[in-house]
Amino acid sequence: MKASSQSTEQHSSLWLDAWLKLRKNRLALFGFAVLIILCVVSLLTPWIAPYGYEQQDLMLGATPPSLEHWLGTDIFGRDMLTRIMYGGRVSLMVGFIATAVALVIGILWGAIAGFVGGRVDALMMRIVDILYALPFMIFIVLLMVVFGRNILLLFVAIGAVEWLTMARIVRGQVMALRKQEFIEAAYSMGLSQWAIIRRHIIPNTLGPVIVYTTLTIPSVMLLEAFLSFLGLGIQPPQSSWGLLINYGVETMEEYPWLLIFPGVTLSLTLFALNFLGDGLRDALDPRAAKD
Amino acid sequence: MIRFAINRLLQAIPVLLVVISMTFLLVHSAPGGPFSADKAVPPEVARALEAQYQLDQPLWQQYISYLGDVITGDFGPSFKYPGRTVNELIAAGFPVTAELALYAMLVALVIGIGAGVVAAMRPNTMQDYIPMSAAMLGICMPSFLLGPILVLIFGIHLEWLPISGWGDIPGDKILPAITLGTGYAAYIARLSRGGMLEVLSQDYIRTARAKGLSESLIITKHALRGGLIPVVAFLGPAFAGLLGGSFVVETIFQIPGLGRFYVASAFNRDYTMILGMTIFFATLIILFNLLSDLLALQLNPKLRQQARGDH
Repeated sequence: MKASSQSTEQHSSLWLDAWLKLRKNRLALFGFAVLIILCVVSLLTPWIAPYGYEQQDLMLGATPPSLEHWLGTDIFGRDMLTRIMYGGRVSLMVGFIATAVALVIGILWGAIAGFVGGRVDALMMRIVDILYALPFMIFIVLLMVVFGRNILLLFVAIGAVEWLTMARIVRGQVMALRKQEFIEAAYSMGLSQWAIIRRHIIPNTLGPVIVYTTLTIPSVMLLEAFLSFLGLGIQPPQSSWGLLINYGVETMEEYPWLLIFPGVTLSLTLFALNFLGDGLRDALDPRAAKD
Repeated sequence: MIRFAINRLLQAIPVLLVVISMTFLLVHSAPGGPFSADKAVPPEVARALEAQYQLDQPLWQQYISYLGDVITGDFGPSFKYPGRTVNELIAAGFPVTAELALYAMLVALVIGIGAGVVAAMRPNTMQDYIPMSAAMLGICMPSFLLGPILVLIFGIHLEWLPISGWGDIPGDKILPAITLGTGYAAYIARLSRGGMLEVLSQDYIRTARAKGLSESLIITKHALRGGLIPVVAFLGPAFAGLLGGSFVVETIFQIPGLGRFYVASAFNRDYTMILGMTIFFATLIILFNLLSDLLALQLNPKLRQQARGDH
């Protein structure tokens, strides 16, 4: 009983510590705020978007930013702000879901390898090594070409690439923890395996996992935009920031705002998420070198 | 050292086999054959074509014969460019992509290491914040956005540089190289800053300072060797990334390199082309990872000892 109350106390102070450190980091807080605003706006888009998603005004055509259309309109007279808001829903959804796929596979794989150890561990990490060496960018392009460009496949394909690093992090963490004295002490006190996992392993592994998750989301969103830009990701009538940038490039000489606004939105989002991830790393994982 | 290199080379064989098998299976499970897009080929012509390309044989037989061809370095004929082999197309496109990647890497190394070292010399001052914020910006500005924006500014508005082509007009290689290199310059800046900070806090640097060596001598003679190890280790993955990035940059600037061929053959369902190029890319990436690992090992005596013990 005493051991458990002590561990929760330690654990809450770890989080409190991290929060205090994070609060001092202005850039990370800015990133956090941007993330929250984006999520809220994306959730509420159907209600707060100034125009309907499919609403077009062919007579109007492409216009620069104005009072009626804050970010201008595209060649079909569609409101850019509305298009960017709806595109953001897709971009964020890809970011979150593909990261979740990577998270689940990576954590399970790494935790099993780290826990079981021995030959199973060697085999599992060998597989990770082999997959690491594969040129995945090319494989995703291939997957999208072969099986058609559907959004579910996109989640799976991106998730399947991103889990490798997560598996390595979790395994490393579990291996290191298993050798720690306080785990041995917990065993000797007769705690069950599950209790040890729940009370000691999970809380201690959580920090690096959260940090890496925050950093995976922007890289996944970038990958989606990259594929959509090549015409291999999100397909119309759906839209995403990558696709909007793709359209923007086609007409950038005449209507540069069609490229600039989605581009700035994507960059700002990636900027914010990366700063948040860096800030969380400094706060939660003091030993990790900041590269 | 040599044993480590041989070991790593041997490990590359199963990786390549996995690549070949996975690509082969994926491409052959694709719905719609390479000729299904052409308008109404008579059935007998289709059969003749399939026989010519051995598509009428069972899958495992195709696989075995393909594997045999690949081992002897023959990627077969292209489905879409009649009369041309995949080897010819790779031979035509690769020098262009390699040149682009080389220039991009030069841009990345010069700007990246420069910014990283400058930042590490005065950490947590403006001299650190400004280059590092610029690096963050570079990371968050994907090439498919940076490229068009550079074209818009330097090509269309200022009319300083040509906006497409490769080797046709003087200066048309500048924008593609900068577009492709910038993101890596940003990563390299962060890596070299981290590496330099770590090295500069070591005892031997303090000794060098105590000896009265000038700061520039300390950096160039003592710190760079250790500080750049993370950068060297990053070169392998960076090269893989450059190849992927060449898809986008070659499309934007209409450069006749491998990346553009790859995207085009992906859209055309040019089976043999996709297969051949994937295997070619994979081999290159594996080789470059090996080279950058060996180089990092060469620079770091501690790692060398570990490699001797573990592998």
